[in-house]
Amino acid sequence: MKRNILASFAFLFVFVSANVCAEGELTIVSWGGSYAKASIDGIFKPFEEETGIKVIVEDYNGGLAQIRAQVETGNVHWDVVDVESQDDLIGCDEGLLEYLDDLELPDAPDGTPAEEDFFDDANSDCGLGNIVWATVIAYNSTAFESDPPSTMNDFFNLEKFPGKRGMRRTPEVNLEFALIADGVPPEDVYETLSTKEGLDRAFKKLDSIKESIIFWETGAQPPQLLADKEVAMTTAYNGRIFNAINLEKQPFVIVWDGHIRDYGQWVIVAGAPNLENAKKFLQYAARSSSMAGVSNRISYGPLRHSAWEMVDKHVDTKIDMRPHMPTDPENSKNFLVNDAEWWAEHRDDLFERFSAWVSR
Amino acid sequence: MTAQQDIKSRIGPIGLALPLVAFIVITFLMPLANMFKESFYDAEVADALPRTLRLLNAWNGDEIPSEEVFRTIAEEIIVLQENRTIGKIGIRVNRVVSGTRSVWGRTARRVEGVETEDMRTTMVGIDDRWSDLALWQGIKKAGQRYSAKHYLQAVDLSRGDDGSIHRVDTEQRIYNTLYLRTFRVAITVTLLCLLIGYPIAYAIAHAPPTLSKILLFCVLVPFWTSLLARATSWLVLLQSQGVVNDLLVWLGMVPDDGRLSLIRNMTGTLIAMTQNLLPFVVLPTYAVLSSIPPTYMRAAASLGANPVQAFVRVYWPQSLPGIASGCLLVFILSIGFYITPAIVGGPKGQLISNMIAYHINDANNWGLAAAISVIVLLSVMILYIVFDRWVGVDKLKLS
Amino acid sequence: MWNIGKGVLTLFVVLGFIFLLAPLLVVVPLSFNAEPYFTFTEGMLRFESEAYSLRWYRNIFESEEWLRAIQNSFFIGIFATFLATVLGTLAAIGLNDPRLPFRKFVSALIISPIVTPIIVVAVGVYFFYTDIGLGQTYLGIILAHAMIGAPYVVITVSATLANFDYTLLRAAASLGANPWTAFRRVQLPIISRGVITGALFAFINSFDEVVIVVFMAGPKQRTIPREMWSGIREELSPTILAVATLLILLVVLVLITVEVLKSFGEKNKLSAN
Repeated sequence: MKRNILASFAFLFVFVSANVCAEGELTIVSWGGSYAKASIDGIFKPFEEETGIKVIVEDYNGGLAQIRAQVETGNVHWDVVDVESQDDLIGCDEGLLEYLDDLELPDAPDGTPAEEDFFDDANSDCGLGNIVWATVIAYNSTAFESDPPSTMNDFFNLEKFPGKRGMRRTPEVNLEFALIADGVPPEDVYETLSTKEGLDRAFKKLDSIKESIIFWETGAQPPQLLADKEVAMTTAYNGRIFNAINLEKQPFVIVWDGHIRDYGQWVIVAGAPNLENAKKFLQYAARSSSMAGVSNRISYGPLRHSAWEMVDKHVDTKIDMRPHMPTDPENSKNFLVNDAEWWAEHRDDLFERFSAWVSR
Repeated sequence: MTAQQDIKSRIGPIGLALPLVAFIVITFLMPLANMFKESFYDAEVADALPRTLRLLNAWNGDEIPSEEVFRTIAEEIIVLQENRTIGKIGIRVNRVVSGTRSVWGRTARRVEGVETEDMRTTMVGIDDRWSDLALWQGIKKAGQRYSAKHYLQAVDLSRGDDGSIHRVDTEQRIYNTLYLRTFRVAITVTLLCLLIGYPIAYAIAHAPPTLSKILLFCVLVPFWTSLLARATSWLVLLQSQGVVNDLLVWLGMVPDDGRLSLIRNMTGTLIAMTQNLLPFVVLPTYAVLSSIPPTYMRAAASLGANPVQAFVRVYWPQSLPGIASGCLLVFILSIGFYITPAIVGGPKGQLISNMIAYHINDANNWGLAAAISVIVLLSVMILYIVFDRWVGVDKLKLS
Repeated sequence: MWNIGKGVLTLFVVLGFIFLLAPLLVVVPLSFNAEPYFTFTEGMLRFESEAYSLRWYRNIFESEEWLRAIQNSFFIGIFATFLATVLGTLAAIGLNDPRLPFRKFVSALIISPIVTPIIVVAVGVYFFYTDIGLGQTYLGIILAHAMIGAPYVVITVSATLANFDYTLLRAAASLGANPWTAFRRVQLPIISRGVITGALFAFINSFDEVVIVVFMAGPKQRTIPREMWSGIREELSPTILAVATLLILLVVLVLITVEVLKSFGEKNKLSAN
């Protein structure tokens, strides 16, 4: 009997907690830290003011596990999620995300139709283009005072630039970096990686610095590793390094050569409790002014040409933002756009090989 | 006593034990059984492409399948596209033949509404991978409801198209390394716990009552303290700008630019795990040691044994049950350790449990995660049976 | 010669205790660090008051996430403990009765959740509970925690029952007590120490459990250890050290309470004799 009471009480709790999202609300899930702050001030708050819909922000650490669990148990309480392009693709395939075919996107302020104004491949079946961000090389300038590193190959040059290297513990990005450093032109990188020889070549390049690598897993770690001098140079997300340099006054420098870009995307979870509000939000987020709102607070670029025109000075520090964007012409001399499709096809195998390599 | 009375008197204890037994069966055994099923049963592709698979059963595998097969799979793909499950099939088949995931989406988008006499050419035109035998072999393989493929993968084996089993390429081998490493770590941690824990247990058992109480308290506090709290502490202590290195530099034992790397590697894993699990050896050993009558040792001494002999011949054998259950617990707990290696381990300090977590959280490969878990579970069960033969499981007691 | 041996042994034991306690001892002062670092600043070493601050503690109690985590940990812990204690105590009494058939098998079954590697338990529970719609729910986590807590209750209660004198129950019956009254008035008070210890074990187990929670909990069910887990991996801030210190404090308080209760009980026994 007591068990029944207990169970029903627990059920009640579950029931209540699952249904708090009444009308006029929207749960948006996005990455934490300074990026979340930029999104809140740049998009969420103005959206709340314009529509009266209350935005609840939750933290997200990447991946599809949480979304999958919600969809599969039919207990969805997230509406909109800010995902990486690879998760957008797979989530869409697995039926975890809503299709966005019928979503009408706002035209640019000068009347340019949305389809022309968005970057190529910025949108997908289930994803609306949000930001362009980059994985770059960053170093602590106190480590290399004269003749600092300037190319991707310098990251792999331990003789000239001694010191530990930080790298994300995933095959993604690292294999591409290795090939770019080894002289493969960015446009041939994925084709090369598709062959056994190309893959071996990438691992061989990684081998050359293996003993000096410290692996990181989350975006907050690289700036920390640099600041603590655990590493001399590391791969990192450009926005995090931008913040460390400009807000925390850390002596870090970004090497843009050979950086890898990726598009962050807004998606709607399948069966989202506030589907209509979620669509309204996506339409709002697609506006050029919304994108610029984020880009003027953190160095992640907009995915519309018209929004790029609105990128100006950082709202708090008044730093000119454009030179810190991956899409700035100065930074775009040698780069690669992450091929999420390629990774979705090869990740399983490569993760095993990468794990084996790492633990050898 | 009649049979009826017998039943009646038995209902008492059965009725008392039954609720928990039922509870454990539902909340623990059924999940394990389900996990076991998950490790070899997968109906996703079989249910999605039933007609194609039936045709493929008759296919000889040497040449591109017939027009009929193409026509059938096209029809099935259109249905899958409508109910949005095409992507799942792509992911499943891609696990068998990597690099084929996008075939499905691309075909699904273009094949609908196509009127053609030659579906084979049409589909190969949409994506030339349809003319690749490996893809068709992969579909056939992924379509098996029951298969040992997850188990093979979980021990670094794979099955060729001709059905032969062989080891995967050297650079792809990972799981066996991790089992061995997990096993080695578990043994090392157990021995370290025993080495450090036995003297502590001895000291507590033979200290004056008040001191003994205080010492016991000092073991119990870390024992009860959150594992996460302790992992955090080790992170703080062991990092290169951490307390231990600072202290060593200050003492002049290591140069400032030669700080020891004690964390994000195997050293970190071993140190933290040993500290985490030490109380599990100390507590049962202490319980046994404190019950050994001191008269035994005195008797041994009066019979002419020197202290070392007395210890080895009299004291040590008596403490064995405590040590055995402590060590068994530590060993089993080490095998399942996930949190501590994930935090302080770094890539070279990762154990098999971290791989299981990866397949669940990131790769969504439940079958493989289940197969690895079953292997881990079976090895623990074997160990348990050996232990039962050797010491007796009923000797297993918490302090 | 023997004394040297003893000296070495003592030294070894002292080092062992340092190893065991050092991580706890270091965290406490560092959690009062005024700077966001994880090492002792010069000011701290010179005991300057401005080098110390309570800001990380303030952080905990101003953060919605941490407050929710604290609430969740207690909510889940209390219900799981209740379930585990009731089921475990009854089962222990049943198991202690020699008339129970298949005793060895039943006790092995009941103990099995805690001798199975936790990662395996978590995987099984995650798959199964997700399938039946209990993923990302409080009920799911409570059931799982009760399942790994109940064996502890069975073990501790069995230990006290081993010394229980069953003639007392017969005596109670002969004085006209029905079985329930006899249990409540005679058996329960005597085994209560085992029940309380078992309940404490179950509670701390749930309170500290993170592997199952990592797999099972949605954003709404995050507990203290879950929050620490992502804190350590995401943004390592000294707030985590403050949380760790509070957890250590909690353990010390609980242990002292248990000790006081115990000595109180012993005194009562002595005076009754």
